[in-house]
Amino acid sequence: MPRFVIERDIPAIGSAECEALRDAARDIKNHALANLDFYLEEFERKVVALGGHVHWAPTAADARRIIADLCRSVSAKTVAKSKSMVSEEIALNDHLEALGIAPIETDLGEYIIQLRHEPPSHIIAPAVHLTKDQVADTFLEHHRALGFTKRLTERNDLVAEARHVLREKFLNADVGLTGANFLVAETGSSMLVTNEGNADLSNTLPKMHIVLASIEKVIPTLEDAAVLLRVLARSATGQESSSYTTLNTGPKRTDDLDGPAQYHVVILDNGRSSVLGTKMQDMLRCIRCGACMNHCPVYGAIGGHAYGWVYPGPIGAVLTPQLIGVEEAGNLPNASTFCGRCESVCPVRIPLPNLMRHWREREFERHLTPRAVRQGLALWAFAARRPRLYRRLTGLANRMLALFGRAHGHYRTLPLAAGWTRFRDFPAPPAGGTFHAQWARHGGARTRP
Amino acid sequence: MSQTARSQILDGIRRSLHRGELGGTARQTVEARLAAPPRGPAVARGRLPPAERTALFRQWAEFNNATVAHAAPSEVAAEVAAYLARNNLPAEAAMAPSPQLDAYDWAGQPMLSLRRGAARGSDHVSITGAFAGIAETGTLVMASGPDHPVTLNLLPDTHIVVLREADIVGGYEEVWAKLRQRYGKDHMPRTVNTITGPSRTGDIEQAIELGAHGPRRLHIVIVGE
Repeated sequence: MPRFVIERDIPAIGSAECEALRDAARDIKNHALANLDFYLEEFERKVVALGGHVHWAPTAADARRIIADLCRSVSAKTVAKSKSMVSEEIALNDHLEALGIAPIETDLGEYIIQLRHEPPSHIIAPAVHLTKDQVADTFLEHHRALGFTKRLTERNDLVAEARHVLREKFLNADVGLTGANFLVAETGSSMLVTNEGNADLSNTLPKMHIVLASIEKVIPTLEDAAVLLRVLARSATGQESSSYTTLNTGPKRTDDLDGPAQYHVVILDNGRSSVLGTKMQDMLRCIRCGACMNHCPVYGAIGGHAYGWVYPGPIGAVLTPQLIGVEEAGNLPNASTFCGRCESVCPVRIPLPNLMRHWREREFERHLTPRAVRQGLALWAFAARRPRLYRRLTGLANRMLALFGRAHGHYRTLPLAAGWTRFRDFPAPPAGGTFHAQWARHGGARTRP
Repeated sequence: MSQTARSQILDGIRRSLHRGELGGTARQTVEARLAAPPRGPAVARGRLPPAERTALFRQWAEFNNATVAHAAPSEVAAEVAAYLARNNLPAEAAMAPSPQLDAYDWAGQPMLSLRRGAARGSDHVSITGAFAGIAETGTLVMASGPDHPVTLNLLPDTHIVVLREADIVGGYEEVWAKLRQRYGKDHMPRTVNTITGPSRTGDIEQAIELGAHGPRRLHIVIVGE
């Protein structure tokens, strides 16, 4: 489980204040969603007034085309990218590469996984699944041609080498592409939160800055941003404040000494507007802090890649069926124990278990549950309604499991469970018979065996 | 095409919300919110008398790996030179072309070589002012403009910031008020960078390393009156 926690010895924000901030954060996002059309238009008006451009993209394909056209308008060869989950959602990198434009991920974690051709495993820490040694091997393989022939062993040396390599790429990039944590309607600003400073280099050095953001990122005012920033950093990394929070408003002014000549904001819908006004609207409050996955026992056990698409963890289990369809991703909401920790840590109080339950119901209604699962459940339901039969069957199953090697604490193979044991061992239940048997043996009393 | 795409999204939102374009009192409510933004829940620790505000700013800045020194206006240039010497850094810097910085006694530091302007990739040290400091988190606020190129905040390995004590405020909300006062409500500078400590990353094995892309060292000189 990711452990971005910082020990503190100076007064932090108290827990009562935290709860008040979370309520306020939830209310701000609800208010913004209820008036989303108004705030988006207001945002556009402010961007245009300061010399920027706003592009509207109903679908992922529209966004890819708009961005590719913008890149081609300045004959871009390379695009310096700051981590953007929305760009992963629209598979932008593949599209640009096919057009001969090289996207360069500049967030260290994204850069590492781009070199390795892997998808991110966490929205805040995309390379959290890798060790220092794996990173060292990757850098040696890819940086050798640039003159870095020594395999590094220290983290700070790896960071320094990446900084050096990426600095050159920043200075030569034609376009800087970033996401946005928030779009502020009041001022027409896009707001970016990072710890590395890569987003700031992306939006300052190249001659064109493109912001790619989805519609639900818009919030009313700077005061609202202050509330959301306080809950975002704390929820994402345990910091009181991230290192860099940046407001970008339009292109370089005439007397500025640096900054991009062009500033474009691409606003993506990709199915989100259809979620408004439904039971699922709450998912659009998400500020992508990653707290739900950091605290999820299932995410902790299986990792981010197992979710199969851009957004992992509980929020991924809710967003993915919406964005790519319940037919494709209806099994994700089943990857939950419904323990409820995700909801209890969510800074904008998204009722994640409820939303996952909704998808489970849709999956079941539409007969998308695999036949084996349906038949298995039907069998189990038949037995569970007949207690004597149930006890006899589970007792038998328990004795059978002992034959397959409970002594090891896990099974390498199990009949009917090859789909699981091909990739990992199956944990064995403890010895001592079924729960029912143990309960009876202890006289039904609430004592520890 | 883009007009169609625009109305496709906006009409889709309105259809989902079961209403047309906002009008009447609903519109007045959201317009009022933009005109006079309501503040969120107050955070107690930022609301302090000025002297304690400075102390809190310093605590949080240092917690976030910045170094902090205090100086009178006449001592600023000497403190900058001494900091560079203490850390074995070159006595050469790119400095923001700002009247605030020009007023300090750089002539008294003949060994220090200064170039005024935006940063280049080869600069090791930069010197800038700051628009404000936020006590709640030890954060510096930089507003871009001809007197403060953004690249100075980002490219050099070492960033030295001269912050007037009078510009230290409690929380973000007071910075927004100051920005509106200085630039007008509808005219934000191109970039407002808020900076809390040096650049950092936790992307390799979740261990914090400084100097990922931005400065490795952030030194703040707080100037009293």
